[in-house]
Amino acid sequence: MSVTTNSSSKALNPLKAGQLPRWAPWAGLGLALIVGLVFGGMKVAASTLIAAAVFVVGMHVLSLYVEGRRRANDRLAQHIVYGMFMLALVPLVWVSWIAVKNGLARLDAPFFTYSMRNIVGEGGGAAHAIYGTLYVTGIATAISVPIGLLTAIYLAEYGGNSKLAKGITFFVDVMTGIPSIVAGLFAYALMALLFGPGTVNGIGGAIALSVLMIPVVVRSVEELLRIVPNELREAAYALGVPKWKTILSIVIPTAISGIVSGVILAIARVIGETAPLMVAAGFTQSLNNNPTQGQMMTLPVFVYDSYAHPGIPRQPYWDRAWAGALTLILIVMLLNLIGRVIAARFAPKAGR
Amino acid sequence: MSSSTIAQTDSSLRPAKRRIGDTVFGGLSTLSGVSILVILAAVAIFLLAQALPALTTAPDVLAEQGYGEFWGWVLPFAFGTVWAAFLALLIAVPVSIGIALFISHYAPRRLAQSLGYLIDLLAAVPSVVYGLWGIFQLAPALQPAHLWLSKYLGWFPLFSGNPSGTGRTIFTTAFVLAVMILPIITSLCREVFLQTPRLHEEAALALGSTRWEMIRMAVFPFARAGIVSAIMLGLGRALGETMAVAMVLSGAGVIHFKVLTQQNPNSIAANIALNFPEAFGLRVNQLIASGLVLFIITLAVNILARWIVSRRAQYSGAN
Repeated sequence: MSVTTNSSSKALNPLKAGQLPRWAPWAGLGLALIVGLVFGGMKVAASTLIAAAVFVVGMHVLSLYVEGRRRANDRLAQHIVYGMFMLALVPLVWVSWIAVKNGLARLDAPFFTYSMRNIVGEGGGAAHAIYGTLYVTGIATAISVPIGLLTAIYLAEYGGNSKLAKGITFFVDVMTGIPSIVAGLFAYALMALLFGPGTVNGIGGAIALSVLMIPVVVRSVEELLRIVPNELREAAYALGVPKWKTILSIVIPTAISGIVSGVILAIARVIGETAPLMVAAGFTQSLNNNPTQGQMMTLPVFVYDSYAHPGIPRQPYWDRAWAGALTLILIVMLLNLIGRVIAARFAPKAGR
Repeated sequence: MSSSTIAQTDSSLRPAKRRIGDTVFGGLSTLSGVSILVILAAVAIFLLAQALPALTTAPDVLAEQGYGEFWGWVLPFAFGTVWAAFLALLIAVPVSIGIALFISHYAPRRLAQSLGYLIDLLAAVPSVVYGLWGIFQLAPALQPAHLWLSKYLGWFPLFSGNPSGTGRTIFTTAFVLAVMILPIITSLCREVFLQTPRLHEEAALALGSTRWEMIRMAVFPFARAGIVSAIMLGLGRALGETMAVAMVLSGAGVIHFKVLTQQNPNSIAANIALNFPEAFGLRVNQLIASGLVLFIITLAVNILARWIVSRRAQYSGAN
């Protein structure tokens, strides 16, 4: 008996009765694309939008008819979720493509070796801005890493459940949300009160970036210190090692790869900041090697300045802006990549 | 009684000597922890100190040497800040939740993490680059959409008025802002969705629900607070975003809800960025005072978001 039912179910699987075949969505997609191309003309955006709408609505109606309301809703949700993801890829691809296309024109040797001093029109480069970015970000890192690291150590090792630790955790989170321009205004106000009004230099920019960078460092390092297994600490204590030495020679070395990658990701987060540097570090056309004296150009500000205040003709300025933008994207992505590779390659094994 | 006398006499049971290294190191780390609070307080105090002249000077002096009476001047910008951020959220939230669901529940397991990185890359693009993209690419590309919306949906108050010829409107700006806050909302939602108890999901599936019903019954209720706080954090980011707005929006100090017209309410941050380099005297103070207003708005939003998160941490059974 059972044998016969099995063989008949091969012809018409009762588990799959009333369902659309697996090729149905693909056929629907092809059909929708054709419809989109016909009605959207040759415009990519219009055709895609029409095709997507036709596909989602068409599949929903078809599924409603064949499979019933619940499965139809399931399909609808699935198609929308897939569509949202593809939608998000559009700006990513678009921005990177356009930055590469427009940026390659001026991504040459002079761009990295010349400043904009006495340059009108073509030629020139962003050497002054690249140096400025290195100085400002370097100083910001030198300020943020010790403070961030020690704060994270306090939170993970000393604070426990104390009121102070809870307060600091809360305000670190709040600090992540400070708008970058407010950080710039803070640095400007601080420098104005310390060194007289209108003091704008590399240090000011570095202070602004530190305000943005410290909370990022604290969060990532604290998280890492917390996954260092407690057994390691207890083993050290059992051997009579004092707490500070346990932290310095057991806990931190265990988490060092994560700390390094966290710091790199924090640098990547602030190196592209424009607004605070415009306010606190200023603009200049020539190389300034002294962060304590005079305005200092940075790469993001250079991009903005080349775009917003071009000379005549405008094109060489805009070409430089795009080249700067491409350089910036490459730097940030490279930093992100290095950070993630270090984190993934040398990650400590979590206990358990 | 006898045990305590033993503890006092037996030297091996005395508490360890406080080591000098411990005191120094513990003190140092506590000090830098406290310095976080000091820095945050300093941000507020220094901003206030530099903003005071603008807040206390008589309106007629401000009209002469500054940008005019303070509150009347800052109100349109505050409106523009909130309005642009709200529109950006309107676009970004459904998309982010969709992406987060895709990565947590729809994408093939092996691909999911790399697809997540792909979305994180959106956060890696500096805002000035989004500004360039917005002004040179997106605004011209969306300009026909302005015409279309104004022609066919012009009766709707949002789309009324003469459409802009350049596309540098709050409509375009909202799209740029949406792209910029997408990664942060997505990554937070993704984390929350992944924390849904496995047993809840399996129970829903075992009762015969489809994947979408499982998500609605098990994932969303569990993640509700997380989603709300992710949205709030995205809002905080959108409120403070400067360069993209400054570059894309052709702004003015006006208050209206029309999204397609030439005259758009500018945001506080963009207004500061555009005017600060040329400002002098009282104008600097006035711009800093507007920055203080922005600081207070974002602070309130962030504190609210964190409060929601901490409330959720207390009630959820996941941790």
